[in-house]
Order: sequence, then C-alpha cells, then structure tokens
Amino acid sequence: MSENPLVPLFGYFALLSLFAVGGANAAIPEMHRIAVDVMHWMSDRQFADSFAIAQISPGPNIIIVTLIGYHVAGLAGAAVATVAMCGPTCIFAFFVARTWDHFKEARWRIAIQAGLVPVSLGLIGASAFVLAGTADHNIYAGLITAVTAIVAFATRINPLWLFAVGGVLGLTGWL
Amino acid sequence: MSDSVAPPRSVVVRPSLPELFRAFAVVSVSGFGGALPWARRMIVDQRGWMTAEEFNEAFALSQFLPGPNVVNFSVVFGSRFGGAAGAAVALAGLMGPPLIIVTALAFLYARFGDIEMLSRILGGITAAAVGLLIAVVAKMAAPLFRKRWDWPPLVAIAAFVGVAIMQWPLPLVFVVLAPISIALAWMRQ
Repeated sequence: MSENPLVPLFGYFALLSLFAVGGANAAIPEMHRIAVDVMHWMSDRQFADSFAIAQISPGPNIIIVTLIGYHVAGLAGAAVATVAMCGPTCIFAFFVARTWDHFKEARWRIAIQAGLVPVSLGLIGASAFVLAGTADHNIYAGLITAVTAIVAFATRINPLWLFAVGGVLGLTGWL
Repeated sequence: MSDSVAPPRSVVVRPSLPELFRAFAVVSVSGFGGALPWARRMIVDQRGWMTAEEFNEAFALSQFLPGPNVVNFSVVFGSRFGGAAGAAVALAGLMGPPLIIVTALAFLYARFGDIEMLSRILGGITAAAVGLLIAVVAKMAAPLFRKRWDWPPLVAIAAFVGVAIMQWPLPLVFVVLAPISIALAWMRQ
C-alpha cells in the first residue's frame, strides 16, 4: 500500500489539464470520477466540500485540485496537483500565444474556435449534473440549487451573496 | 491577411515585470466567482495595457485553450509583454496568493472538516454553487440553442451524455467529439 500517491496525482491531473476545454468547470466530472470512483482518494462528500471551498476562495476555481492534492498527500500533494494541472496547459498556451496572432483570419482557426464551444458547453453541463448529484441530497438542497440558478441567470448579483445565503440555510440544518 | 505590420501596441502602455505580478495578484484575490471582470477592469480600464478589442481576442484564445481560462490568460498576456519571464511572473501573481489562502483552508478542513456545523454550511454553499454553474450553462447555451436546430446543440448534448450519463473518461469524449465538431464548423463556414 506504500505506493507513492504523488505519481498518479501528477499523471491524472497533467493529462486532464490538456483536455479541460472550458476550464475547471469542465473538468469536474473527470476529477470526481478519478478522485472518488477510481482512486478512492476521498468520499463523495469530501469532494463536494472541496468544490465548495474552491468556490468561496478567491482566485481561479481550478484551485480545487490543490485541495484534492492536499487531501491525498499534504503539502507535497497540493503542490504536485497544482503544477500538474497548470503546467502542461501553461506551456501549451505560451507557445500557441506566440503564433496565434498570425492566423487571425485563417479558416482552420475559426473552425477550431467555433467547434470547441459546444464541446465545452456539454462538459460544463455535465459538471453541473455530476455536482448536483453529490450536493442535492434532498428537496431543500435541490431548492437552493434551483433558486440560485434562476437568480444568477436573471441578475448580475455577486455570487458571494448567493454562497452566503446557501451557507446560512445549510447551517439551519434543513439540508 | 494580417495588417499588423506596425503593432498598435506603441499607443498602449507596457507594464514592467513587477507591475505585471502586482496586477495579477490583485486580480486573483478580488476575483471571486470568476476573475475575468476584474482582469478586464484592471488591464483595459485602469492601466490601459490593452484595448478592449485586444483584450477580447486574448481572452477568446484563453477560453478555447485547454485548462483554466484565467490561468491561460495570464500566460497569454504575460508572454505578450515580457516573453517567458512575463508569462511566469503573471502566472505567479495569479496563483500565488490564492494558493496560500486555499492551502490554509485545506489545513483547516483536514482539522475541522468533521464538525457537523461546518459540513452543513459547506453543504449549503455547494448547493448554491451548483445553481450558479447551471446559470453559467444556461447563459452559454442560450445563443447556441436559439439558432435554428443545428450541429452545436447536438455536439453539446453528446458531450454531456458521454461524461455525465455514460461516465466515460473526459479525454476519450474529447478526442472523439472535438474533431467532429471542428470538422462540422469547418464545413459550415
């Protein structure tokens, strides 16, 4: 059992980082599949909690990988997971950025850009679905989700307020 | 093809490396629920480092690159002004402060995560966060689904079903769907 967890931690997140078109939100189901179902690093609830903490933390939401990494292997795990998730894609972004501007009008560039939008939309939709499965255990949690969705869709309210309301309602013990 | 022989950048202020670091550090800690509006405010409105159009283009690029959008953006932006060093500095500014904060939170959660009260609060926040995500999906889907029934909704639905219902690995779903979707986009041009 003493296999070093840093190796799969790095491998999974480095691979995932290259396919996560749409960012952290698109990668959630795959993270959940790996961390909960395949590797059994954490429970469903711990995963949902990590998602919540990443949401209320300042900074990019991708920081959920730091939390997963910390959970698996402490500070080393946090560092490895973060580097794995950001490293490959940053290097890729760096080299693409240098050449991209030359192809502004190129037909293939426009096709790539247009073609990836629906893929990432589907992936983010899947995230919402998977997370709803772990978060909405009962009718009250489902109601909070539904009302938040409507309010966030219809207004430009700062999401922190919605999180605050959700947190207070959670505290009351209905969920 | 490209008319950018003389880059219009001469009009725009060039940030120094420390300025880059500071700017992205500020953006990262103010950016609750998405750093994009803050990045835009800082870069276009306050510092004048990019025109609104340049910003949109750089961000569009960051969005379709794999990985976190804002992280990509920091690399794209930093490299434009300072090459590899600029990219590294902007990335460090963006990730540094949140990493410190979230590591502290991870430590606290490992310590106190079992407390019933905390888990109830987090449960409520997660429920709200899922709602927020649904709203994001709805906003993204609206322009796609409003057009005549065409291939993009089909691709989106296929990606959703593959990952959420069939629970196939994301890389697999991506490798199959992305080329199809790009090919369809190519043919419809």
